[in-house]
Amino acid sequence: MEIKIKLNGTMVSDDVPADTLLIDFVRAHGCLSVKRGCETSSCGLCTVLMDDEPVLSCSTLAARANGRSVHTLEGLQEEASEFVGFIADQGAEQCGFCNPGFVMNTIALLRENPDPSDGEILAYLSGNLCRCSGYEGQLRGIRAFLNSRHEEGANHE
Amino acid sequence: MPTSSNGARNIITFQKYERPQTLDEAWELNQKKRNRIVAGTMWMKMGTHSFGTAIDLCDLGLNQIEETDEEFRIGAMVTLRQMEKHPGLAAYSCGAVEAAFKDIVGVQFRNGATLGGSLWRRMGFSDILTVFLAMDSYVELYKGGIVPLEEFARMPYDKDVLVRLVVKKQPGAFSYQAVRKQRTDIPSLNCAAAQVAGEWRVVVGSRPARAVVLRDEQGLLAGGITEESAAAFADYAAGAVTVSGNMWGSVEYRRALVPVLTRRALLALKEVQ
Amino acid sequence: MNRPEYQSVGKSVRKKDAMQQLLGKPLYTEDIVRDALVVKLLRSPHANAIVETIDTSKAKKVAGVVDVFTWEDVPNERFSNAGQTYPETSPYDRLIIDRHVRFVGDVVAIVAAENEAAANKALERIKVTYDVLEPVLDFRTAKDNPVLVHPEDNWRMLCDLGGDNTRNLVGTTADEGGDIEAVLADCDVVLERTYHTKAYNQAMMETFRTYTELDRYGRLHVISSTQVVFHVRRILSNALGIPKGRIRVEKPRIGGGFGAKQTAVCEVYPAFVTMKTGRAAMCVYTREESQTCGSPRHEMEITVRLGANNDGRIRALGVTTLSNSGAYGEHGWATVGLTGHKSIPLYTGSLEAFKFTANVVYTNMQPSGAYRGFGATQGQFAVETTVNELAEKLGRDPVELREQNMVREGMEMPAYFGEIANACALDRCLKHCADMFDWKAKYPVRDMGNGKVRAAGVGMSMQGSGISGIDVGSVTIKLNDDGTYMLIIGAADMGTGCDTILAQMVAEHMDCSVDDVSVFGADTDASPYDSGSYASSTTYVTGMAVQKACTQLKERLCAIAAEALECDANELSFEDGRVVREATGEEMSLVDVATKSQVSNCLAPEATAMHSSPVSPPPFMVGMAEIELDRETGVVEVLNYASVVDCGIPINPALARIQAEGGIVQGIGHTLMEDVTRTPKGRIRESNLFTYRLPTRLDTGHIHVEFENSYEPTGPFGAKSIGEIVINTPAPAITQAIYRATGVWHRELPILPEHIVLAKPEE
Repeated sequence: MEIKIKLNGTMVSDDVPADTLLIDFVRAHGCLSVKRGCETSSCGLCTVLMDDEPVLSCSTLAARANGRSVHTLEGLQEEASEFVGFIADQGAEQCGFCNPGFVMNTIALLRENPDPSDGEILAYLSGNLCRCSGYEGQLRGIRAFLNSRHEEGANHE
Repeated sequence: MPTSSNGARNIITFQKYERPQTLDEAWELNQKKRNRIVAGTMWMKMGTHSFGTAIDLCDLGLNQIEETDEEFRIGAMVTLRQMEKHPGLAAYSCGAVEAAFKDIVGVQFRNGATLGGSLWRRMGFSDILTVFLAMDSYVELYKGGIVPLEEFARMPYDKDVLVRLVVKKQPGAFSYQAVRKQRTDIPSLNCAAAQVAGEWRVVVGSRPARAVVLRDEQGLLAGGITEESAAAFADYAAGAVTVSGNMWGSVEYRRALVPVLTRRALLALKEVQ
Repeated sequence: MNRPEYQSVGKSVRKKDAMQQLLGKPLYTEDIVRDALVVKLLRSPHANAIVETIDTSKAKKVAGVVDVFTWEDVPNERFSNAGQTYPETSPYDRLIIDRHVRFVGDVVAIVAAENEAAANKALERIKVTYDVLEPVLDFRTAKDNPVLVHPEDNWRMLCDLGGDNTRNLVGTTADEGGDIEAVLADCDVVLERTYHTKAYNQAMMETFRTYTELDRYGRLHVISSTQVVFHVRRILSNALGIPKGRIRVEKPRIGGGFGAKQTAVCEVYPAFVTMKTGRAAMCVYTREESQTCGSPRHEMEITVRLGANNDGRIRALGVTTLSNSGAYGEHGWATVGLTGHKSIPLYTGSLEAFKFTANVVYTNMQPSGAYRGFGATQGQFAVETTVNELAEKLGRDPVELREQNMVREGMEMPAYFGEIANACALDRCLKHCADMFDWKAKYPVRDMGNGKVRAAGVGMSMQGSGISGIDVGSVTIKLNDDGTYMLIIGAADMGTGCDTILAQMVAEHMDCSVDDVSVFGADTDASPYDSGSYASSTTYVTGMAVQKACTQLKERLCAIAAEALECDANELSFEDGRVVREATGEEMSLVDVATKSQVSNCLAPEATAMHSSPVSPPPFMVGMAEIELDRETGVVEVLNYASVVDCGIPINPALARIQAEGGIVQGIGHTLMEDVTRTPKGRIRESNLFTYRLPTRLDTGHIHVEFENSYEPTGPFGAKSIGEIVINTPAPAITQAIYRATGVWHRELPILPEHIVLAKPEE
């Protein structure tokens, strides 16, 4: 079937089997940041934003996304760049394979709740598994970013 | 539970995808044996499924929670996340809806999984079914009309279309408890307690069979909830609720949990009454 | 101690690949290869069976299917998938496809197709009849069982390590010092306790995957998510019967390994397809395959015999281990050794006698492999828990009991091959950790009401740094035209940060910035031979190769400069990133040296060095857990986990800390939630991430890691290892805390809520 998705701001259309999953659609259209970590909707690696909501692209039909807007990390490089350096300073990216899903969901978190508490960060990101980092470094990185933003805000006043 | 066994990925395969524009059209499509309504596909994706046409209800405007003075009308395509964040549901349920939903996998999953998908499958471990059974809830079926949720929970699967859930705003208070061996796992047991329109209810789910509703037929709670009456009702629940074993809990463990969660849910209910 | 102030070493510089990873660039195997045949494997539904007939004709007719291969198509020459130095200690017990299938998931057929749908359809259309045999599904009854897992007559071992396929034995090992029976007989207290740990899965986020093609010279080019490129080259050479020189193996970024990718779990299948079809091929394991047909930790049963006096002196330790290698023997013998050699030496302090014996057996279960901690994890859970039980028996604080008995700097460790603890800050780790954690306040059990209690526990750990006297590390360092360096390695950064850590060392030696060192690796065509990244080796062993190579390169650069300056090389020295002739004050910049090296020059501006260590200095660690336990539901919440690590001198403290935090979370996982159970027919129930529960960020509590430095004289800049040790302490620490909260010692992991609720207190 013909599927049209506004992928990272550009209309993409393709004739694909009706049962194509969104992850396979976006990877086939160059969005290789989107990773598959499980087959059971369990790991969060495949997180993309569909109409600005974070969803699991491995468990979402491409057909469901037809006519909608989808963002992957390829399309949100600038927004991600604002904070991922703070994760890098902690070394918390480790193997990197879960990073895109984690970064996408962090973007969603910060859009929804620009000043989250530690508890809110952990709860919002609980669907993003990471086997390397132990999570603490990711939390420290996000916290460092939020602190830097506070300082910046204070400096502007 | 999911298994592909031969090296293939868990896959959903179907040949056609339809977005009906009316409920009637959806119902018609669903009468074909090979066709399936797909909801959020979050749970479906965990297994291997093969069918003819995927019927997607996403164009039917069923993604809204309507709140009136009398009731909530929750469309089949409303996501778990929408319900979890809904201020009206939070206020009415005394936070029980959020408590029931917040540990289901993760935000992304709850943005995908829908009310309709969750209720239709009537999965035993469902936190959604358990929490809404504590309320004066009804499902609206396209052909079957309005059916009490408790009755729906016992019905066999058929080819009707679940349109929405209607929760009557009966005066009431609610609480929710669940035990998980890991924070975002499905529960070993879940339990909701309520006093709704004057009636006491305790719902026990993830037994692992479908949730059951207990009422205070013996008047154990007639004098209100106290440590003693909660314990007495917990004793009653222990005898009244049948449980069995699976990967999320042995029969012995669930047997031990039934009175514990019942008592705790009742005591938590007292706090919000 | 006064240590030199370093410019790059000891600094928390960002990982060189960090921003590429965090911005989601295409770096991993599946991202960087071109179209390839999809390789899928038909797997056995039986734990032990002979393929009687197999009919692939219908599968081959599926549109898009290129070929289907069965046992009849593969060489009958056995090999091992273990990534170990030759001659491997693992038996040669595999065929690419064996007619005799030995576990649920063993390979029955290989399908190569143009797309995934066709491959999946073909899997369904292969018709197999099996002669189903009785399986060996209890590893306690495997040895000398009449049912043989490997009855074949071409089974072989390259080394005599007690392996015997006619007895279901993969290997045996033993070590002892002193007369343990005599000492035990003389002890006031003797505890004999048996523990059981399971086949926990590494569950790295990127499952096993390999791409293969024929390169422009017709050689087999392999791009694989592996920790061991050179070992994979040998394994493929053995399996396919082609010369190593005709194979090139490289690894891109790896989505986690933790030892899983020290076994060539999936490489052989696409490689076989490429050799048969001449076409590019790709095999990506599903999560289910990764969980059920991978290379997890060895399930073990460990019996500890501990003898002590009432004054707390631990005088004798016996460890007897039974290890379940599953259907194939990868890493079986190597792993089991650590259960004794890495647990008993922790108590070198007043130990008079020790004895360690172990058997590794075959069963009809998923074959095991290497997983971070590698036997030490299991052994230390057993020994540390027994020591904690001794503390309770004697009414002693377990921290004080350890202070009394632990290994200390300068001691010879008889149970660790007689090695001397030249760098050991274990005593300082324990004190530091107790202070940081507030042990005195947290150790007493506190009732929080509503059935909840808080309690604490402690565990110590040691590991090694590389495999002494066996594994090698090497690097090549080249001077670039612009005065920067190229570091070429055969070790594998799998997220650990070794590319960056080794570059920091180069920068320190060559007086340049870390940014001026580019890293390439690992690629068997270009990298100097390195055993690969496992056994906590890369910082310690390959780091020393960096040191040697830098020394050689400096000499070489001076020699090149000497020709330009028309003097003797002895007059020149390498200082502050340039070549200096002290006598005249002349100097040459690196750009000038590099330029000179390209004109009328016979000396390459590069150096390659190799290193191997006769010793494997242990890092040490202490972990303390505070839990809140719900006595009515059995739910355990880890509130705080404090840990202090002695990894010598941390080269990159941020990365060392992340390693520790990550390892601790994995340890919490196998202690409290990761379980492996089987159906009566031997199928693993926890076959995906829905059922095999990894800790989320809500399950870990607050983790706090600090360091106590020691200085290891045989390591680069005083460094030892950190990669593995970090997983070991949670099991004993949390187990003790659970005992404190409930009065029950749990001796089997994981300790699930239901085990806590249903357990009866012991007499």
